[in-house]
Amino acid sequence: MSEKLYNNLLFQSIFLMSFLILVGLLIPNWLVFVITKAIAYGLVGLGIITLMRGGLVSFGQGFVFGIGGYTAGLLGTQAGLTDAMLLLFISFLFTGLVGLIIAPLLARYRDIFFAMLSLAFSMVLYGILIKIDAIGGSDGFVLPESTYFGIKPSSEYADYVLYVVAIIMTGFISILLRYYYDSTPGLIALAVRENELRVEYLGSSAFNVAVLNFTIAAGLGGMGGALNGIALGHIDPEFTYWTTSGEFVFISILAGYLSVPAVFLAALLLELVRSFSGRYFPDTWQLILGLFLILSIIFIPSGIGSFFKQFFDRLKKSK
Amino acid sequence: MNFFRQCLILTSSFLISLLTFVGISNADGHKGFKLGVVTFLSGPAAEPFGVPAWNGGKLFIKLLNEGKAPAPYNKIGFGGMKITAIPIDESGGATKQVQEFRNLVQRDKVDAVLGYVSSGDCMAIPSVADELKALTVLYDCGTPRVFEDASYKYVFRTAAHAAMDNIAIAKYLIEKGHDISSIAGINQNYAWGKDSWKDFSVSVKKLSPSSEIKNELFPKIFSGQYGTEISALMNSKAKVVHSSLWGGDLQSFILQAKPRGLFKRTQVVFSAGDHVMPGLGNKYPEGVILGARGQYGMMAPDTALNKWFYKSYMDEYGVFPAQPPYRMVQGLMGLKMAIEKAMETNGGKKPNKDEIAAAFKGLEFDSPGGLVQMRLGDGHQAIQPHAIGKTAKDKDGNITVTDIVRYKASCVNPPNGIKAVDWINAGFPGADC
Amino acid sequence: MVDEILTIVLDGAIYASWLFIVALGLTFVFGVLKILNIAHGGIYALGAYSTATLVPIFYSLGMPEQLVILAMLVSALAVAIVITPIMERGILRRFYGQDEVLIVLVTYAIYLVLEDVQKLIWGMNSLYVSEPRELLGALEFGSLYYVGYDLALIGLAIFCGLFLWFVLNKTQSGKIVLAVIHNPEISGCMGVNINKVYLAAFFIGAFLAALAGSFTAPLISVQVGISVAVVIESFAVVIIGGLGSIPGAVIGALIIGMARAACVHKLPEAEIFIMYFCMAGMLIFKPKGLFQGAQARKI
Repeated sequence: MSEKLYNNLLFQSIFLMSFLILVGLLIPNWLVFVITKAIAYGLVGLGIITLMRGGLVSFGQGFVFGIGGYTAGLLGTQAGLTDAMLLLFISFLFTGLVGLIIAPLLARYRDIFFAMLSLAFSMVLYGILIKIDAIGGSDGFVLPESTYFGIKPSSEYADYVLYVVAIIMTGFISILLRYYYDSTPGLIALAVRENELRVEYLGSSAFNVAVLNFTIAAGLGGMGGALNGIALGHIDPEFTYWTTSGEFVFISILAGYLSVPAVFLAALLLELVRSFSGRYFPDTWQLILGLFLILSIIFIPSGIGSFFKQFFDRLKKSK
Repeated sequence: MNFFRQCLILTSSFLISLLTFVGISNADGHKGFKLGVVTFLSGPAAEPFGVPAWNGGKLFIKLLNEGKAPAPYNKIGFGGMKITAIPIDESGGATKQVQEFRNLVQRDKVDAVLGYVSSGDCMAIPSVADELKALTVLYDCGTPRVFEDASYKYVFRTAAHAAMDNIAIAKYLIEKGHDISSIAGINQNYAWGKDSWKDFSVSVKKLSPSSEIKNELFPKIFSGQYGTEISALMNSKAKVVHSSLWGGDLQSFILQAKPRGLFKRTQVVFSAGDHVMPGLGNKYPEGVILGARGQYGMMAPDTALNKWFYKSYMDEYGVFPAQPPYRMVQGLMGLKMAIEKAMETNGGKKPNKDEIAAAFKGLEFDSPGGLVQMRLGDGHQAIQPHAIGKTAKDKDGNITVTDIVRYKASCVNPPNGIKAVDWINAGFPGADC
Repeated sequence: MVDEILTIVLDGAIYASWLFIVALGLTFVFGVLKILNIAHGGIYALGAYSTATLVPIFYSLGMPEQLVILAMLVSALAVAIVITPIMERGILRRFYGQDEVLIVLVTYAIYLVLEDVQKLIWGMNSLYVSEPRELLGALEFGSLYYVGYDLALIGLAIFCGLFLWFVLNKTQSGKIVLAVIHNPEISGCMGVNINKVYLAAFFIGAFLAALAGSFTAPLISVQVGISVAVVIESFAVVIIGGLGSIPGAVIGALIIGMARAACVHKLPEAEIFIMYFCMAGMLIFKPKGLFQGAQARKI
């Protein structure tokens, strides 16, 4: 009985979440902030991973990242809505809806064409955003400080509160995703990845799988964008730029498509490498980041998640 | 017990790596003054602004630490505290900069941050700075909106905003009797370019209501190809062409427009045109009216402080300093004066940020570019005197700036409490020329 | 009126030729290797830098002015010779057969590295090589002056396009490349050395990128950061024309070039947006670009 409890996904996740929330009290403030940001990026990466399970990689997740960020930002500045949880949730839903609308346009394409077209969409959005002066054009705009159930935390604790909210919301989303991945449509996606035509002959629609996955990925990306915007307190069109999208792809490739927690670890790793190389090598941080990307792709081609999986498999066997 | 063992291994490895990182970042404990310096070190704004500015800053910090600067800057470092600078690259957009700023303040625990060339960054940083209660000096960016739309406790800008550049050019054109019956502009399509053009065109309209706007071009920033724009400007036959292009864009525009005769046919004015002169040298066209965003470089005043700075920079880097190093040094000087003023009142110990902020407010200090007065935005935004000149060849055939007209700070800057745009629209009330 | 249309067409053609030269290598590499090479922009910048370094040396050796074109070609060739083995043999080859998007990411990483490599080799100062641009003098069209060099770019673009088309369609090695494009596995079975074809194709792509850089160098100040815009613009051309298609790149460059010129002259407010507008329109109506034919699905 107790053995069963330990292996229960919900139990494990809640254990991990409460652990992280406690750790947040011990680590310095900047690290709390970096982790929050890694969670934001990880959410987008999780979206790409959802797509990757169906054999697709989007090189334009900046598109949904930007829509999510701007949704939260505009609701905050124009409609006066500052509740962080509500903003995250609305961004999730709204961006998911946008994703659902453009998904049929993209879902017909595969491989590099899918990647390119999604990239093109993000660039069109970028072109529009820098043109609209009413929302700051290329400068972007500042978000109002966020509240939680009508309470505004004092500035010393604001970062920590957002961190806790991010962990809880992301934790439950990750659990839901795990259930989705192991459900029938989630497994069909894996089959599509292997051989799309055979899946269609067997009576399932690869198109529908792609639309569904893209919608989920859009929602996740939107929530990530909103979280990033809320955490930083500022939004600009750079959210949708192709270099931002490139980072998301890197996170998901570094993580691999096998494990959900690996995505957040990969995001944290990227965030730390970038931030420390920028701090200690301000002139050559791009070189270091580039080499880090190349080396990690060469040496961990199937991602950190594959380590996790091997590790757990071995544990199971030894039992 | 499997799951707990897994958790233990995972979390302990996680914690160890975290502690290593924390250890690295907190390793350097120190007694001096830790200053975060944010400026462009990569991307298109590095060569024209970021790097020369940081060169000037680096040199000045070194001289301060050695106590080699002339009075009133002859105390070692900031009030006897040696300065340790942490340079950070400004590229990557405002959102990334907010994060870098937080890292500097929370992780490196800097005593102050000096930085920001891009207006977008200057709009984004102040609210975070106040939230984190971090002393911040904006040294370069142009947008007037920072202290016009909001007010901040810990944020100061030690250089005048961009309105002055364009007002002064409009005045210069009229005083020197240039034909401004029709004007055209080519400015980058973002806040800096649009604000510059608006300030210039409205100023011209106020001073000479009959003048006509022919052509308003807003190419993309960093586009580098201006053939079409040059044709359109020449076709418009405007008497004056205004531009606030900078850096690589300005250099490319000059290189492409010169052989096509734009500078011969039209009076071109560059509102921030001096900083590409060290690079372009004699490729720079003659007869261009230009500003340097202050009395900098070839238009600097003839004072002992300026001579000292000009020569120190020239000796170190082999080129003359244009606006960027002047502006960064100006920021360092303001910060130094504020710190030392605060130390006078607190008995000579290291002042905290509230004491520095109180001392900074309304401060006046001499810089190589003239007297800087923290007058606007309730003592947080500087005004400074300005100069406009015209390029010409000297007797050796080298490009230089002549016909320099100097403007008092209060002549080309709005008084406290009035927005720059409103001041121009109202026809410069209370300008003291 | 006629004057104005002529100006628009001429300005548009100059800009389109520049776009075409920049995008040609990108689309060709994609066509053969199925790699979207983001580092294309980095190679472009290297080409510009190497021209800015070699041309002054060329002048200091006292060579005849007219041969400066040769120096520019050599500098582009040098970049391609150095970069191809490192990139194709050293890095990209490890990833053939893997996910195409993984390779895009690798080229993005290389792009980042190249950005700083430029800084490490050439430092932060801008370089100028405007001398070649003075070579061909100026021409008068209506009330405007055009620089001969800019007009010669149109010729260079036509030459590059035709040459590549001719090699691909009229020579034996070109036909082998076409076979590899169509089906690398079967061509391999027929005895084609695919690795060699890939190497050659990448070399041509890198050379074209560097060539674009070296012929743009006289127009601009060569400095850190010139590659960013190139990545986006060549990408836009390729999206509009269809990935991997040379006629597509011609049409894509012409559409953007002409639309932009018309905007600058008649509707300047729309200029910044026009490229994205063309791209969005193409995505909605013909998402694979103008020249993307039907493709068989493999079971």
